[in-house]
Amino acid sequence: MADPIAALRGVVVDWPGRAPLGPIDLSVARGEIVALVGASGAGKSTTLRLLAGLQTPSRGEVIRALGVGRTGFVFQSPTLMPWAEALTNVALPLELAGVARPQARSRAAQALGAVGLGDRPDARPSQLSGGMAMRAALARALITAPHLLLLDEPFAALDSVTRRRLIEDLHALWAAAEPRPAMVFVTHDVEEAVYLAQRVVVLAAATGRPVADLPTPGPLPRPARWRADPAYRQTVEAIADALEAAMRPETTT
Amino acid sequence: MRRLAELGPPLLLAVLLLAVWEAACRLLELPVYFLPPPSAVAVALVEAGPRLAASAWITFGMAVQALVLAGLVGGGLALAVSLHPAAERAVRPLAVALQVTPVVAVAPLVLIWAGLDHADRAVVALAAVVAFFPLFSGILTGLKSADPDLERLFDLYGATPLQRLWRLRLPSALPFALEGLRIAAGLAVIGAVVAEFVSGSGATQGLAWRLLEAGNRLRTAEMLAGVLCLTLLGLVLNAAVGVIGRFLLRR
Repeated sequence: MADPIAALRGVVVDWPGRAPLGPIDLSVARGEIVALVGASGAGKSTTLRLLAGLQTPSRGEVIRALGVGRTGFVFQSPTLMPWAEALTNVALPLELAGVARPQARSRAAQALGAVGLGDRPDARPSQLSGGMAMRAALARALITAPHLLLLDEPFAALDSVTRRRLIEDLHALWAAAEPRPAMVFVTHDVEEAVYLAQRVVVLAAATGRPVADLPTPGPLPRPARWRADPAYRQTVEAIADALEAAMRPETTT
Repeated sequence: MRRLAELGPPLLLAVLLLAVWEAACRLLELPVYFLPPPSAVAVALVEAGPRLAASAWITFGMAVQALVLAGLVGGGLALAVSLHPAAERAVRPLAVALQVTPVVAVAPLVLIWAGLDHADRAVVALAAVVAFFPLFSGILTGLKSADPDLERLFDLYGATPLQRLWRLRLPSALPFALEGLRIAAGLAVIGAVVAEFVSGSGATQGLAWRLLEAGNRLRTAEMLAGVLCLTLLGLVLNAAVGVIGRFLLRR
């Protein structure tokens, strides 16, 4: 890949008392959407943390062509500060970067509006539904106009209707952003991965090494009824097969 | 109506117990210095009311001073220790040792150190010693209780140590600190009373002194009235901490 926004080159992470993770080679191009799929414990979250610069590798090289604050991260749970209103939560990254409070808050209000929470700036996280809290977390991740957005199974705990809506909104936000952020989306749901991403990377069960790297068909954002399209269905089956192969122990060596 | 239904059973039990007590005293013709009936305690409470209230105020003041002192020392130490795991390993055993040492045993020493004519200082110091551990332990646990993913988020955005402390760790610690304060409030009253008992009659004029004085004169009803005042004092302090907590934790 000519000009990756972030890449892992032969990265190994040693765990005390466990088999090491890697070596991982993974490149993320500017503006692309990549889904990482793999079994539980395949190192999906660790791979995201490596890309975020939150985890130092034991060996190998992490390349990050971004400045501080240009990485957004959405965790499995919304991870909002429970003592603060939605607006304060969303303004946090800007305020940590030293942006003046009034300016940070007015931009946070815009960001909340963009994710459909414009009418709930004063809500505490406990007053928001799971889907709304995740929208606030998304607004917080997007407020710094990130060049790289990392999402760690963000919609896994949501019901399927809310989840589909959030995926559509995520595509719309990605398409509207200038520049479009590269997104790396971790999931264990193959259908979600194929629908959401332009490229699906399958990680081996124990080592976390990418063992398959397949493009998905069709335009982004997805056309209506795309889930019924044969091309989509075929890719889902192909990647499900690759994932099953990756979970068999003999293929991981 | 629902509140009334909730209050009903405990009130009924209290009235029943008081009635049995009153009846037993009268039927068995117990001498009042041995066990006065509740009616006599009520009379003593009214008669000695002003004196008891003045003493309760003194004990309350000493307990609050002790809580502030323990909060400042315990909170400050917890903050310092939270910065480095080695510091915590060094301080924790000392804090536990301080907690398990009976306050009665230390009281005479602290009285000597505080100066025998400054018994009130010794009482505050001893109550603070008892109140220290739950505050220190609660605040330290709270400072380390921040959501690890939120900690990662602060890493990601390059937060300074001060930003992390002010915007993440202190708010995370607040519920733990309040729980520690609730326990410490009860302990501070106990510590103050124990210290007063040890300091002896008249050195301080708190509720414990009233108890000693009434005991010396075999005014059992007044003693019971004094105990009742101490219970009320503990409850008031506990409720005050609860109100502060609810105000601070509106979420």
